[in-house]
Amino acid sequence: MSGSLINLIYLIAGILFILGIKGLTKPKTAVRGNFLSALGMLIAVVVTLFTINDVDFTYVLAGVGVGGIVGVVMALRIQMTSMPQMVALLNGFGGGASLSIALAEYVTRTGINPASISDFLQPTAVAASAFGKGAEATIALMSISLTVLIGAVTLTGSLVAFSKLQELMKKSYGLPGGPVGNGILLLGALAAVAFLVMNPGNTMAMVAILGLALLLGLFLVMPIGGADMPVVIALLNSYSGIAAALAGFILGNTVLIIAGSLVGTSGLILTRIMCVAMNRSLANVLFGKMAAGGETIDAGEIYDGKVTSAQPDEVAMLLETAQRVVIVPGYGMAMAQAQHAVRELADAMESKGVEVEYGIHPVAGRMPGHMNVLLAEAEVPYDKLVEMERINPTFEDTDVVIIIGANDVTNPMARDVEGSPIYGMPILNVDKAKTVVVIKRSLSPGFAGLPNPLFAMDHTLMVYGDGKKAVVEMTTALNQL
Amino acid sequence: METLILLLALFVLALFLGVELITKVPPTLHTPLMSGTNAVSGITLVGALLAAGTGSSPMLVNWLGFIAVTFATINVVGGYLVTNRMLAMFKRK
Repeated sequence: MSGSLINLIYLIAGILFILGIKGLTKPKTAVRGNFLSALGMLIAVVVTLFTINDVDFTYVLAGVGVGGIVGVVMALRIQMTSMPQMVALLNGFGGGASLSIALAEYVTRTGINPASISDFLQPTAVAASAFGKGAEATIALMSISLTVLIGAVTLTGSLVAFSKLQELMKKSYGLPGGPVGNGILLLGALAAVAFLVMNPGNTMAMVAILGLALLLGLFLVMPIGGADMPVVIALLNSYSGIAAALAGFILGNTVLIIAGSLVGTSGLILTRIMCVAMNRSLANVLFGKMAAGGETIDAGEIYDGKVTSAQPDEVAMLLETAQRVVIVPGYGMAMAQAQHAVRELADAMESKGVEVEYGIHPVAGRMPGHMNVLLAEAEVPYDKLVEMERINPTFEDTDVVIIIGANDVTNPMARDVEGSPIYGMPILNVDKAKTVVVIKRSLSPGFAGLPNPLFAMDHTLMVYGDGKKAVVEMTTALNQL
Repeated sequence: METLILLLALFVLALFLGVELITKVPPTLHTPLMSGTNAVSGITLVGALLAAGTGSSPMLVNWLGFIAVTFATINVVGGYLVTNRMLAMFKRK
């Protein structure tokens, strides 16, 4: 097949990817969009198979077999509550794939054929011309080494993010000096990149880039806590796309560049949306500490003698007479697997003529859109899932707000108390509703480590206990009224 | 060099297009967007096939090719399937 024809077909694949993402702009066209995107992938892969005649297919087929089985099993068995973990792993695999491509290209173009590891570490005299003419060689070497760098950071960073989300790693570890330590690792890796560009045959430099970048990925993500994971996952998503686009530059492949840059921008935009929703800069999420400002606030002073608690059946009586109820879910709903119970409670209310909507904060959960997927799984129609800007003006006309598993995103201190560490973060104005019901195990603080004055307000009722159990009891009580 | 400039032009234009497209995706579909872009980044499968090496390549290249093909295939297969699973839940009324 001629080069021009292949590139034309790659163009078609690129268009299908673009149409695929365009389909995702509406829930109704999204399934078709995903199908178009998959079709583009099929076309791109099949065309590529026609161009590679002398490839050793044993390795290719083995890889497709292993990867295919792992992919199918993961996709069909993963629980919706664990989607952040799955996306974290897929980010990592994307980075790992680009990394391996860059390393394979490096070995092929230098023409080295190491028999052992110590053999590989021996620098060989390789002319830059093995990578192209003049400036082209420099750019090719830079693309290869930067792909290794970004791919490796994405790989280990994503594996750490996965371990944190899966709660395999509970503590936070960082380098001494925090951002300074990470900065030194990054500078070291970039110095090795520069050295490799000047000495293409120096395999030690390549090993140094790889090693430093793998460490950098570990230490970048290890200090970051659970509630900041939406930012980290979105950022690593972006890195995996950038690595793919860079691999496209190494191979001179158009479809890799188009697809990679689409993924790269997608991740970056989501990262920005998450940062804005927390009123924090990206640097603050990656390197900062959350509760750094102001004197420590005494939780006892806020809560003592002011907190009213209630039983689920008392709440049910309130719900029966309500006209409009808003449910605010958070990560705690996912932890308690309470999404189906919440839907049943909403059904019970609607059968009594109550208008029910869901208020979704952008950073509720552990990844962008996490709550929406969980509620969609419980068959809540997507038009009832209302984003923060649109639900906030309606709280004044709301009789009851039910908060399940959310804390910091409802804390009025973010709006009212200047000097509070979370001041300026956009919140759901649940305290404007006539009654606020908070389902929570205890008065323990959320991720920000701050007490929530909402819990002590006169019109707030605390229902202590397991989220799922409390919701089920409310539903039962409501159905008996 | 000219090819390189063309590739760079493609890259920059795709970035701008990406911004225009992605900002129109509603928050409710952000999770499927992420898993869907995971699948798209599986396009590295094409790169992996091109870099997988021939029968006469060093073993190291063959093995790196195997790793790249495996990872990229997981992304393609796992990404599209799980996205489809999620989107099907949004579709029903």
